[in-house]
Amino acid sequence: MERCSRVHARHLVEWAKDKPEVLVLSADLTSSTEVDLFRDAYPDRFISAGIAEQNMVSVAGGLAREGYIPFVHTFAVFLYRRACDQIAMSVAYPNLPVKLFGFLPGITTPGGATHQAIEDIAVMRLLPNMTVFECGDATEVESVLDAAIAVNGPVYVRMIRGDIPRLFDADKPFVCDKPRVLRKGADVAVFSSGICTEEVMRVIPALEKRGVAAAHIHMSTFKPCKSPIVTEAIAGASYGVVTVENHLTNGGLATLVAERMVECGTVKRLLACGIRDTFSHGGGRAYLMKEHGLDASAVIRAVETLVGRPLDIPESEISAGVLPDTPKGSPSEAL
Amino acid sequence: MRTVGNEASWIGIAKCVARGIRYRVLFHTLEAGGGYLSQACSSAEILAVMYTKVMRLPAPGSPLLPGAFRGVPGPNNRDYTTGALYNGPRDAEHDRFILSPAHYALALYAALIETGRMHEAGLRDFNKDGSSVEMIGAEHSPGMEVMTGSLGQGISQAAGIALARKKKGESGKVWVFMSDGEFQIGQTWEAVEFAAYHGLTNIGMYVDVNSYQCDGKIDSVMGIDPLDRRLEAFGAEVVSCPGHDVVRLAAAASEWKGERPLVVLAQTVPWQGIEVLRQREPKFHYIRFHTDEERQSLADALQSYETEIERESG
Repeated sequence: MERCSRVHARHLVEWAKDKPEVLVLSADLTSSTEVDLFRDAYPDRFISAGIAEQNMVSVAGGLAREGYIPFVHTFAVFLYRRACDQIAMSVAYPNLPVKLFGFLPGITTPGGATHQAIEDIAVMRLLPNMTVFECGDATEVESVLDAAIAVNGPVYVRMIRGDIPRLFDADKPFVCDKPRVLRKGADVAVFSSGICTEEVMRVIPALEKRGVAAAHIHMSTFKPCKSPIVTEAIAGASYGVVTVENHLTNGGLATLVAERMVECGTVKRLLACGIRDTFSHGGGRAYLMKEHGLDASAVIRAVETLVGRPLDIPESEISAGVLPDTPKGSPSEAL
Repeated sequence: MRTVGNEASWIGIAKCVARGIRYRVLFHTLEAGGGYLSQACSSAEILAVMYTKVMRLPAPGSPLLPGAFRGVPGPNNRDYTTGALYNGPRDAEHDRFILSPAHYALALYAALIETGRMHEAGLRDFNKDGSSVEMIGAEHSPGMEVMTGSLGQGISQAAGIALARKKKGESGKVWVFMSDGEFQIGQTWEAVEFAAYHGLTNIGMYVDVNSYQCDGKIDSVMGIDPLDRRLEAFGAEVVSCPGHDVVRLAAAASEWKGERPLVVLAQTVPWQGIEVLRQREPKFHYIRFHTDEERQSLADALQSYETEIERESG
């Protein structure tokens, strides 16, 4: 696993080189959403919309009607909370090829409740015609653009930025509705998404050492979600299922997996790690992940509950993450 | 298309179209037991002038007959049809029309019929289950091109279309019909500042300033004055004119300097042409009949329209 920096910023410039129909819209968060290099490279294809997300989203709808493919960039909260009606009526209803890039998912910002998108997946996947992706690493940030532009209609991409890990092979790109099977195992199935996937990867070796075979599936498409990989993993887990997400446990990954279980008539325990019906507050990523129970140790606790015995895994046995720990008392990500 | 009196010019035609809009909307309001009638009364001349004089739209050929509702847009709906067909085939040179307050749909349908774009039999399907001729228009409804029933989104979508057309070097303009209540909405102002900042000199708006909204007179709900100076401060070229004067309405567009987005504030009256409606002040948003007397008074108004039309065509 390597650590990468400003992946979207550089990749978008190269990727969009031969795509004159791609326009980037920004609402005063151009560097913060890593489109500053695009702005400098293609000033004619960059549209500054100011701090006015509702107008920006409807303008994107108008541009898409004329054959352009608008890439709307802002923080996720300002898309689905501020401009939900505009997304629904100016973009989703007419099934226009507008690609919405929402940054700062969940607790990945120290900006507190105003900046933390904790229910975006739930809201966006409820919208008819909308496709919903989430990036988990550098490989997915690089390849999600191809996946998004291939969709005939609007796409919401839950994006990560800044220093991010590369968890997946660079030659295994993001594919719509194709969960990544990172590990097979017959005892429990662990579904993870976004920044939580690395947390699960950190604990799998320790679980195996204790005789617990865990299947690990990384989910990067929340809609559509028809892949048999999901149901097969559920069916193969003898003790039950764990979900880990940087989102409320209502409406996101846990709900999605539960829906698939019910559809298939598979009744199993499902333990959901994620934010539980609460707003959060400002703080560093590691601190907030621990507080809300969506980190490596929370996964271990859930697996212990499912298999019905303590596993006695000390913190020291959990392998280190790719990103350095947040220095105490000074959250690392700037706004 | 008929003409009023001896005025064979566009002025006569526009006046005749305006009268036809009021007549048809009144007819359907009586038939349905209610409707968005005051919107037709206030906007009749604006729509008539836009369609007969201001907008450069290609003719659709023969008047189109609306079909059944063919499903919402989606990746798997290849049968989807847009109401923009009624405004003629799309090309680089011609203008485009966006109706922002979709509650004016019936007035728009009437305008399309009066200008030979929609078959008059199409109104028989108005507000019927399974019809595309919806009460509050959607983008499959005749004359409509975008989803605008949620107020304030029409101008932004039109700005996106105008920006795209400017980028593509198209000469056609984008015309938006708006209601004054929409200037209470934050998004409207975001759109005006966006259009001004991005130099969208190919977007023009006609605003039906009838001074009333759902709850009553705008000043009693939340005032928007001085609308002209506010818009100018946001970067628009603003023309205020009497909204039932077809000559002044048309001049507002022809005298447009073309250096900034144009906003025409058409000062109108929600009972214009149907005087008896005035008694309902301040509630004009949706006209219902509470008594037989109310129904009869509007039936009388319809009768006088019919007499007038017969006299002139005879």
